[in-house]
Amino acid sequence: MMALLEIKNMMVEFPNRRGNFTAVEDTSIEVAAGEILGIVGESGAGKSTIGNAVMGLLQAPGRLGEGKVYLNGSRIDGLSGEQLRKLRGNRIGMIFQDPMTSLNPIETMEMQLVETIQEHLGLSQNEASTRAVDLLERVGIENAKERIKQYPHQFSGGMRQRVVIALALCAEPELIIADEPTTALDVSIQAQILDLIKELCREKQVGVILITHDMGVIAETTDRVAVMYKGRLIEAGSTTDVIHNPRKPYSKSLIAAVPPSNRKIERFPKVAMDDSDGGRLQNFDLSSHWLGRGKRFKDTGNALISVRHISKRFPLNSAILKRKRTYIDAIRDISFDVMPGETFGLVGESGSGKSTVARVITGIHPATSGSIVFADTDLAKIKSGAERRRIRRDVQMVFQDPYSSLNGRMRVGTIIAEPIIVNRLAGTKVERESVVLDLLDLVGLGRDAARKYPHEFSGGQRQRISIARALATRPRFLICDEPTSALDVSIQAQILNLLKDLQEQLNLTYLFISHDMPVMRQMCDRIGVMRNGKLVETSETEALFNDPQHDYTKSLIELMPKFTK
Amino acid sequence: MIGHLHRIWDSDLCWSFRQSPVAMVSACISTVLIVCAILAPLIAPYNPFDPSTLNLMNGFSRPMEPNPFTGEIFLLGTDDQGRDMLSTILYGMRISLFVGFMAVIFAMVLGVLLGLFAAYAGGRADAIIMRIADVQLTFPAILVAILIFGIAKGFTPVHLRDQMAIWVLILSIGLSDWVQFARVARGAALVEVQKEYVEAAILIGRKPGIIIFRHILPNVVSPILVIATISLALAIILEATLSFLGVGAPPTEPSLGTLIRIGQSFFFSGEWWILFFPATTLLMLALSVNLLGDWLRDALNPKLGE
Repeated sequence: MMALLEIKNMMVEFPNRRGNFTAVEDTSIEVAAGEILGIVGESGAGKSTIGNAVMGLLQAPGRLGEGKVYLNGSRIDGLSGEQLRKLRGNRIGMIFQDPMTSLNPIETMEMQLVETIQEHLGLSQNEASTRAVDLLERVGIENAKERIKQYPHQFSGGMRQRVVIALALCAEPELIIADEPTTALDVSIQAQILDLIKELCREKQVGVILITHDMGVIAETTDRVAVMYKGRLIEAGSTTDVIHNPRKPYSKSLIAAVPPSNRKIERFPKVAMDDSDGGRLQNFDLSSHWLGRGKRFKDTGNALISVRHISKRFPLNSAILKRKRTYIDAIRDISFDVMPGETFGLVGESGSGKSTVARVITGIHPATSGSIVFADTDLAKIKSGAERRRIRRDVQMVFQDPYSSLNGRMRVGTIIAEPIIVNRLAGTKVERESVVLDLLDLVGLGRDAARKYPHEFSGGQRQRISIARALATRPRFLICDEPTSALDVSIQAQILNLLKDLQEQLNLTYLFISHDMPVMRQMCDRIGVMRNGKLVETSETEALFNDPQHDYTKSLIELMPKFTK
Repeated sequence: MIGHLHRIWDSDLCWSFRQSPVAMVSACISTVLIVCAILAPLIAPYNPFDPSTLNLMNGFSRPMEPNPFTGEIFLLGTDDQGRDMLSTILYGMRISLFVGFMAVIFAMVLGVLLGLFAAYAGGRADAIIMRIADVQLTFPAILVAILIFGIAKGFTPVHLRDQMAIWVLILSIGLSDWVQFARVARGAALVEVQKEYVEAAILIGRKPGIIIFRHILPNVVSPILVIATISLALAIILEATLSFLGVGAPPTEPSLGTLIRIGQSFFFSGEWWILFFPATTLLMLALSVNLLGDWLRDALNPKLGE
């Protein structure tokens, strides 16, 4: 069988002032009609670049250095702009990552679809209109006749992505390139979109290239998979083969790093390909070290933190008159306890209010009602500022975005020293400096890091800095708000390992927030499921996964991409 | 030390500077002009403020030509009082630049403080500060400056007026220009305030003042720097305009604007150099600083480039 798309020895380079950066090197890939090929890899692996190079959409100054691309046997690399334009849409459709920005907000769906259809098929206005409605129906939009008159902002994210798919299908292309089509979507919508892509592929015998970083998506959707690493094709083969029987060391480590969805493992296997793995402080003795000093642990058997009926409403406008003000309830009547030393998880889709809970606990957004008792102290009853600061010191946070959570103008050493200085936790400058270096060791960064600036580190390393800063106040309670959702899967495994180690060594209590069910399963002792600002179910982790009670929990567990090894 | 210098030389900003002929030429011209202005007492052939050195017979000497009465040669000619134009321009530029720099610094400190505070505090404080800024923007800067100049002059004792004139000028230009800084600082700070490092600073117990100055301010420096450079050119021109209108620097301490005002009364009677040279100097100064600002804006914001 002749391949639908054949990429031979592709090399893509980006010239810059220091020479050439090679984004893709010596990569050959084939896609057959009716087949879904997954391209998987971590950030910077060059997977999106391949898609863009095929489409002729490389951003300047990028260029195809070498290689040939055949579509149905004829060469398509090196075509002129006009020829490429005809090719795009007509024969190759593209689905982009962010449905919020890939539609024109000032045109109705009909205008956008009809324009594209007429452009490619040369139909009359009426014919194109009918076809547009058909297309919307086919991608599963109900009441297509009415909804087609609407504007993008009247559609939800998942619906928009369906319209984007309809746009890609306008001219019945032979090949669809989907670049992270579900990364911006919640898991329930992700499942629907992936099903739609699978169905279209079977029905119309379209070839699909699915570019993603998510092994779960790959496992559930694709027929064959190509693993990329640093611009090179590492391994390609049938999806089941690659997942269950990876041959190359990189594929092995990548697959080992994916949190399995069906069971809990104690630690992720050592997965380092390039980033240093978390070096544990050898013979670390908490009782004699600064980090263990001043601990006021009295295990009273009570919960470390007990959240009772907290609600938080945010004003939507700031009208002067009280009755004109409108509010949104971000969280409503949330109650849970976290016992000392355990990890309590909060899981939910975007907008469910899980981050708001974290910020209410830290005091960044004071609760509208309800009470929080931390270590037997009711936070609302604290009057003195000094007392409040002392309590606040015990509650620290690791943030989601490692790029915005560190001040780029400060050296790493200063960033980690700041909490110690502010809270006067070290007697002398010498002691402070040695503590900073110990903390860097503890999170596996090495002592040299202190003199560098954050931009010299990768995302995973920055997250380690962020953890070290949080530890520098000697906290008892650490809130991890999606600490790994911006990271690659192998780095995620390292950070999760690190968090587990630290918990054990420093006797920490965690509130772990994530939208990723398999990660929750690995990290948490108990999990609370949030939806629309409410806690719908709280349960022991394994009980939750094996016997979910609430319908919403059931659907979350059913819809998460299954990844089993 | 050497390594440090090398790092600066190799930085992207320096590289983009070396790639831009406009930036390099502008930087050269403005540096030469600024250095000349600073060194005016050393390099100027005459002291135009010392009446004892003036010879009325030298009045209206043409540039590069011997004076018909005294035979002295003046590079750029003299004015009606017999003052050497080159020296007056050098000293005038000194005043123009001094006023410009001081006014920008004043506007920057005021605007950045208010802008950062507005962004961090939000709510009512933000609304009040920014509405005042909006109202001020509806008046032309020159009108605001004249207004402030006039009011301030009313409050200064008569015998101090000439001495105070420069400071009043700085105050009025600075007060008419702070809005730009406030808006830019607020806009940039609003982005930074959202970032998680600010939250982290709150969590470790930092107080708001320190968060604003130690965490947010260093991260909004680059857009402020761009505005400051462009504002410098505008402030120099505004000062020249005010002086040209006769409300700025007094004739005893003429700035470039004062010189242009004096020169324009002789322009149509053939003594073109009295107007031409100060005007050209002002043009070169304002243009080179402005182009430098444009380059800086592009270099610090790669999205604007192609």
